[in-house]
Amino acid sequence: MIVKNRYEAVVIGSSAGGLNALKTIFKCLDRSFRIPFIIVQHISPDSENYLIQILNDLNRLNVKEADEKEVPRRGMAYLAPPNYHLLVEPDRSFTLTVDERVNYARPSIDVLFETAAEAYRDALIGIVLTGANNDGSKGLKKIKEFGGVTIVQDPENAEVDSMPKAAIRTAKVDHILTLEGIAAFLNDLENPMNQP
Amino acid sequence: MKNNQEDQLETQDIEIALLMEALYQKYGYDFRNYSKAHIKRRILNRFNLSGMQHVSEMIHESLVNHKFVDQILMDLSITVTEMYRDPGFYRTLREQILPTFHSLPYIKIWHAGCASGEEVYSMAIMLREEGLYQKTQIYATDFNPVIIRQAKEGIYSINRMKEFTANYIKSGGKAAFSDYYTAQGETVKLLDTLKKNIVFATHNLVTDSVFAEVNMVVCRNVLIYFDRTLQDKVIGLFVESLPEGGILCLGSKENLQFSIHAPLFNPLIVNEKIYQKKIHF
Ligand SMILES: C[S@@+](CC[C@H](N)C(=O)[O-])C[C@H]1O[C@@H](n2cnc3c(N)ncnc32)[C@H](O)[C@@H]1O
Repeated sequence: MIVKNRYEAVVIGSSAGGLNALKTIFKCLDRSFRIPFIIVQHISPDSENYLIQILNDLNRLNVKEADEKEVPRRGMAYLAPPNYHLLVEPDRSFTLTVDERVNYARPSIDVLFETAAEAYRDALIGIVLTGANNDGSKGLKKIKEFGGVTIVQDPENAEVDSMPKAAIRTAKVDHILTLEGIAAFLNDLENPMNQP
Repeated sequence: MKNNQEDQLETQDIEIALLMEALYQKYGYDFRNYSKAHIKRRILNRFNLSGMQHVSEMIHESLVNHKFVDQILMDLSITVTEMYRDPGFYRTLREQILPTFHSLPYIKIWHAGCASGEEVYSMAIMLREEGLYQKTQIYATDFNPVIIRQAKEGIYSINRMKEFTANYIKSGGKAAFSDYYTAQGETVKLLDTLKKNIVFATHNLVTDSVFAEVNMVVCRNVLIYFDRTLQDKVIGLFVESLPEGGILCLGSKENLQFSIHAPLFNPLIVNEKIYQKKIHF
């Protein structure tokens, strides 16, 4: 059951094709949407975080790189820095680590999702988008176990479908949606006309 | 009422906290103020491999089985490192900080949390190329005795040389990187002459105190694993160890912004997290 007003964070994992997918979601978001996003996009270790610039130019949530010990705030979107895992502590502050790669990735989506699931419990929405591996499926499963909402991009519409497919196989998924559908779902959560 | 998941979570958190208490009381390893989410991930990874039924069984095992303790110590000390990690940082050191060392009669550098030593040898090579190594003493410390032994050996897998060489070049290296090692089958051994002025030793930043005054502290990617209280405590050690004007280098995602010691430092090169202890008149 979807309870409006309950959700305090949205975690998103994307890989190959993720840049376009994230852009589409941002474009479709209402400007009034304020629930913080915490995003892992797989990127090469020494790339500049150009994604921040691109998403900020869309004028929705205010996008920045996640700093260690930072606590997510409404109206913001946080990206994991290249070459660091991003974890959410029980007090919801961020930890960055240089631990080994997980699922060949650093940052890894599973690491973010699994720690965020415990920190936010049923106040969390987890979204797996396009990608060429299976990072994020175990994390999404855990989000569901802790009462959060699980969403996967429809593999039919994903630029690369293996990551969404793996997530659907592994986790109990609440919604399989197009990118526009995901944005609409999120907008609906904060639409004052819909409040109970 | 708590649901099943939440109850299980609470139980596990208590078990892990007790395990940390046991490690501290029995061996003096104090992980109680490390990042909780991080410790939990590592412990549960070990637990899943152990075949045990409950995390609390790890408490007893760690009290009686020294091999198991070594294993846990390895799990909790993330020793992932590389030569010239963040080449831009080394380039900045080479171009902007090392030149100021020429006027010093003697240079002391402390690498705190040096893991298997890649960072230390990177520094030694750079000092040598800048004509400073002869008058330098390097202290390379880590709390993990196994990793310090590896650091002392200076032997690394040949598979990593491509990456290290690329980093070395990006960092402004002045020679051929292969001048600094000899290949032995699957491994390479760094030149023994690079070790001449390096002392490797175990030192725990949480429980040990300062052992020397140094001109520069390099402590990268260690503080990210600590909570705020512990970060302040450890930065306090560096404050003690550095004279006025001394240099503190942190990892690229670490900073002094929120530290109680921030007022004692000037950010010297903000992007590379290089700080200088203020000079009081
Ligand atoms: C990720 S490595 C960083 C290595 C290197 N400085 C670098 O940046 O590449 C972190 C190191 O900190 C060490 N460490 C963790 N806790 C410590 C403590 N309390 N005292 C000393 N070293 C510690 C670990 O053993 C590990 O080798």
